[in-house]
Amino acid sequence: MRPIKKNGVRIDDSFAEAFPMRGTAILITAPSRRWARQAATTMTGFATSVIGCGAEAGIDCERPASTTPDGRPGVRVLMFAMSSDTLQTQLVNRLGQCVLTSPGSACFADLDSPDRLPIGDQIRYFGDGWQVSKKFGDRHFWRVPVMDGEFLCEATTGLTKKAVGGGNLLIMGTTPETTLRAAELAVEAMNGVEGVVLPFPGGIVRSGSKVGSKYKAMTASTNDAYCPTLRGAVATNLDDDIGCVLEIVIDGLTEEAVAEAMRAGLAAIVKLGPEDGAVRVGAGNYGGKLGPFHFHLKDLLP
Amino acid sequence: MKPLVLTLREEPDQRLDLAPLVPHLLKGKSVKEIAEIELQTTREKVTAGDLFKIRAGSTESIRFEGGSLHLDNVGQGLKSGEIILEGDCGKSPGRGMSGGSLLVAGDCGPYAGSAMSGGRLEIGGDAGDFLGAPLEGELEGITGGLLIVRGNAGARAGDRLRRGTILIEGSAGDYPGSRMIAGTLIVLKECGLLPGYLMRRGTIVLANPPELAPTFADCGVHQLAFAGLFAGFLRDESRAAARLFGRPLARFAGDMAALGKGEIFFPA
Repeated sequence: MRPIKKNGVRIDDSFAEAFPMRGTAILITAPSRRWARQAATTMTGFATSVIGCGAEAGIDCERPASTTPDGRPGVRVLMFAMSSDTLQTQLVNRLGQCVLTSPGSACFADLDSPDRLPIGDQIRYFGDGWQVSKKFGDRHFWRVPVMDGEFLCEATTGLTKKAVGGGNLLIMGTTPETTLRAAELAVEAMNGVEGVVLPFPGGIVRSGSKVGSKYKAMTASTNDAYCPTLRGAVATNLDDDIGCVLEIVIDGLTEEAVAEAMRAGLAAIVKLGPEDGAVRVGAGNYGGKLGPFHFHLKDLLP
Repeated sequence: MKPLVLTLREEPDQRLDLAPLVPHLLKGKSVKEIAEIELQTTREKVTAGDLFKIRAGSTESIRFEGGSLHLDNVGQGLKSGEIILEGDCGKSPGRGMSGGSLLVAGDCGPYAGSAMSGGRLEIGGDAGDFLGAPLEGELEGITGGLLIVRGNAGARAGDRLRRGTILIEGSAGDYPGSRMIAGTLIVLKECGLLPGYLMRRGTIVLANPPELAPTFADCGVHQLAFAGLFAGFLRDESRAAARLFGRPLARFAGDMAALGKGEIFFPA
């Protein structure tokens, strides 16, 4: 693999291998931007990887009050899982525990699709018979009396079977400081793309994994080929000048959105250059046999 | 696309049943065939051709020029397409309609939008009694869609409303929202006696504080997200209705003489 160089940053001739997922989007509104964000943050907590969390979720974007159905500030949340059933369970559990409970919140469908996931249709039972159904046109809502007034929730939201999970960039730098700087800038650029979330803490994962382990109980374990402290001890993928690797994982509602986010991230890393940022960018794959979506870095360069 | 235009020749001397003149029944018919459709309700035969001057056009869009309080059942059972009546009409315009759009520019008789289940019905003038109500023996009034009256409505507006939204921009007569099963009824001016009489569920929103029956229980003043949502939905149809939903509203639950899960809102 001969690297391509862009603004001094080496780009691997490699690709990110991604998988089909089930995805959905909801819009959470609240009396203020702060509380809309709070409900969304709580709901998308502990949702970094389907391996341990059941779902992957994050905040897609904020919506100004003038554009939301109830005229209050809103936050769009995306959620992904490997099956429709898991997504349904995760969505309703998280809604019930994190959004229903958040002061002043309301929740709306935010994905057009003929496939639907019940949200208010399930949460309504919390109303213990006092819930109120409201229809307008082809939209259906539930009003559930709660201690600060009412929780307003759309009956169903859209489900897409064409979501893509596992788009990624491996950002390699000389020191943790420069690598993190490059990763932060990439995350910032990728957050500007609509229809994707970066489910890991602040969008960044430092413990990338490989499939399998020497221990029977483990299905995934540390990606030793990218661990700088093991550079001399294992079959490493790292060059001598690399002292830190950070990964950004991307889930999107469409293949195009994931590609667009990777493109934005790459552009930000390349623009920063190798002095203060990353010296090399790679992507994680399993040889191309497991996932149907291949995002080649060379096709996404600025 | 040019609409099919039917221009009223003169005021008819008997009540006429215009139910056959809807898009799905006229589809594929020539002007000659349409002119032969019989509309009489007495033994004296009256055809569409006798009554109207007919100008060919798409049957998906029908335009009546001129109206009369003798024209009953305009747009009855409308499923899709559009009907515009530039004038008054008689009883039951849009009765049982399930889709499409019907506009009556003038006044209409009783039972406008009776038992409609979808689509949009707008009365530009005043509506008679029993707006959207079921006929004798029927269990439900409106079960879906949007009904707007720009003028006043008579007594028992929204009787047995089950689903959908009725907006009356003028005043409503006595017993608005009587026996409501659910759905939403909005009145922007005065309303008569006992709003929500024996309502089970559903929402009545009144711009002016009504005199309520003692079987409605005060639940305090609230600003609810659902009101903001409906304000957004109604803004394009009626700015005054949208403004009403934006204000803090007093909520009264009732009718406790029936199921008692309904509510009446009015500005605090």
